[in-house]
Amino acid sequence: MARVRTGVRAMGAVLAAVLAASLAGCSSTGGKRAEERAARQAAEGRSAVNTPRWTFAMVTHSGDGDTFWDIVQSGAEMAARKDNINFLYSHSAEGQQQAELVQTAIDKKVDGLVVSLAKPDSLKAVVAKAVKAGIPVITVNSGSAESKAFGALTHIGQDESIAGEAVGDELGKRGRKKALCVLHEQGNVGHEQRCAGAKKTFDGTMENLYVDGTNLPDVQASIEAKLGADKSIDAVVTLGAPFAAAAVKAKKTAGSKAEIDTFDLNASVAAGLQDDSLGFAVDQQPYLQGYEAVDLLWLYRYNQNVLGGGLPVLTGPQIITADDADALAEYAKRGTR
Amino acid sequence: MTATGQPTVPRTDERLLHTSMLRKLLGRPELGSVVGAVAVFLFFAIVADSFLRPSSLGTVLYAASTIGIMAVPVALLMIGGEFDLSAGVMVTSSALISSIFSYQLTANVWTGVFVSLLVTLGFGAFNGFMLTRTKLPSFIITLGTFLMLTGLNLGFTKLLSDTVSTKAIGDMEGFDSARKVFASYLTIGGVELKVTILWWVVLIAVATWILIRTRFGNWIFAVGGQADAARAVGVPVIRTRIGLYLGVAFAAWISGQHLLFSYDVVQSGEGVGNELIYIIAAVIGGCLITGGYGSGIGSAIGALIFGMTSKGIVYAEWNPDWFKFFLGAMLLLATLLNAWVRKRAEATT
Repeated sequence: MARVRTGVRAMGAVLAAVLAASLAGCSSTGGKRAEERAARQAAEGRSAVNTPRWTFAMVTHSGDGDTFWDIVQSGAEMAARKDNINFLYSHSAEGQQQAELVQTAIDKKVDGLVVSLAKPDSLKAVVAKAVKAGIPVITVNSGSAESKAFGALTHIGQDESIAGEAVGDELGKRGRKKALCVLHEQGNVGHEQRCAGAKKTFDGTMENLYVDGTNLPDVQASIEAKLGADKSIDAVVTLGAPFAAAAVKAKKTAGSKAEIDTFDLNASVAAGLQDDSLGFAVDQQPYLQGYEAVDLLWLYRYNQNVLGGGLPVLTGPQIITADDADALAEYAKRGTR
Repeated sequence: MTATGQPTVPRTDERLLHTSMLRKLLGRPELGSVVGAVAVFLFFAIVADSFLRPSSLGTVLYAASTIGIMAVPVALLMIGGEFDLSAGVMVTSSALISSIFSYQLTANVWTGVFVSLLVTLGFGAFNGFMLTRTKLPSFIITLGTFLMLTGLNLGFTKLLSDTVSTKAIGDMEGFDSARKVFASYLTIGGVELKVTILWWVVLIAVATWILIRTRFGNWIFAVGGQADAARAVGVPVIRTRIGLYLGVAFAAWISGQHLLFSYDVVQSGEGVGNELIYIIAAVIGGCLITGGYGSGIGSAIGALIFGMTSKGIVYAEWNPDWFKFFLGAMLLLATLLNAWVRKRAEATT
């Protein structure tokens, strides 16, 4: 009995100590409070239209906890708030699972569908089914080649080959000779196109390195091993923002002189551009992909508008260097760039 | 023949005692999971209004069948006291072999399908032989196979097709008939029933018949319960284990062909992680992780629960970020329920 009481007393003491510490040691910068202030200052997302509350579903090929897709989602949610849309998001990295999720959206009789076609063959049949059921479909991010054939209204995204070519050009401008292209998602056709595009316009040599993107330490170790084994590599191109940080660490441990460049942007990439640990970033503006997809579906529902004139609507590539980083760092921090 | 060699006295054996219906029911391994499945079904029927639509039920059944086809032989294997961690990627391997073989040799697609069957069975046999020869735990052996197959899938595909996915074989001879067998569907009253559901039901029936009515079924229980004792009374332990791994390989072949003929192109990096889902389905269905206990029907119920949960969350419009959490909680609940039911059943006998 006594032991229980001392236990309770100890717990109480610990709790009091934690409370006292948190009250005494306030931080005047950053933290949750700063975030809340920023959120309050940002526009309060209330719907700006009085159209019926339609339901739009978005089904992507994202894995769990993916930064890039998180930004796409927040763009889509912003548009959904403005357009008075009930927005549903689901995702699976497995083609078959993604197809099943699209099927569930059809079963729900949604008013609009946004799909990413990283694995077009897995989704061909089910997207056709959605079109047949009279659901307007917009494809985002990957699948610009298939979008029209599948019966989608528009494709919003970046042409991966063009983006890759932009990277190859930029590397050449920076006088690089030997580059490494780090692919973190096995089976993603878009990633292959990026590296192939970069190879095409880059006047030096470029090789591909496959890593497991779901396992960041492993990504770092793989790049480290490669840079350690081949000292002549003077540029590393990663295909996603989180992997740029891993490449920077790998470069340090391997004692390499390579410049790290990356596709996509996040807060740490913006910071990296500011302090010159990164060369440049190629942004495809994921926020825009999510936002536009929902907004264009709304426009189609409301006014039968279709954007793009039968061609993909491109959201990239946008080459970002240290000059632009200052402005973008703030937006990246709030998770919209 | 009794073990002591005494002449048997004609009296009623205690194993032939008449047990009541209820007690029989309580003794079934899948009872706990049936209760769970009904609960999950009712739950989603209430919270998700689109869950009960015919088309939605078709989707749920399809999702369950793609897992269930693999969960049946995995359950048998677990009753036999072993694991197979290579089952997930073996599905992808099987699809890749079939597609690449047909494409590279410009052969009739059915040739690829049969070559794939032989090679996939080879993988199963490899698992079985390694296990019985090396005496290492199956967890280690199949972990090795899992990693090797993951690498082979990627390496070979890249080597032969220059990309990470296979070339389309939809325009080749035999594709249409193979699609009918592995990936067609029937529409009955607005419900789309995929052929995988039929394969699944057949596998459940065969597995249940093997377990209950055949000598091999008795061997599985014996090997999983107490391998040394089983060997002592003349059960061919090695043959039984290899047979079980061949069963998993056969189901992997069916699933792989379904993948290929549904989508015409196979991604080489897929399938990783699914092996755990098959194991989860078997465990929710009442298989013991230590072997010697479980049923084929149970694994089907487990797969059904998995299918209902994974799709039900979407129909209920919940945030899918929480899916894994629910899955984990459900696994624990189901296993606890199974254990409790089993304890009650044992107490009343």
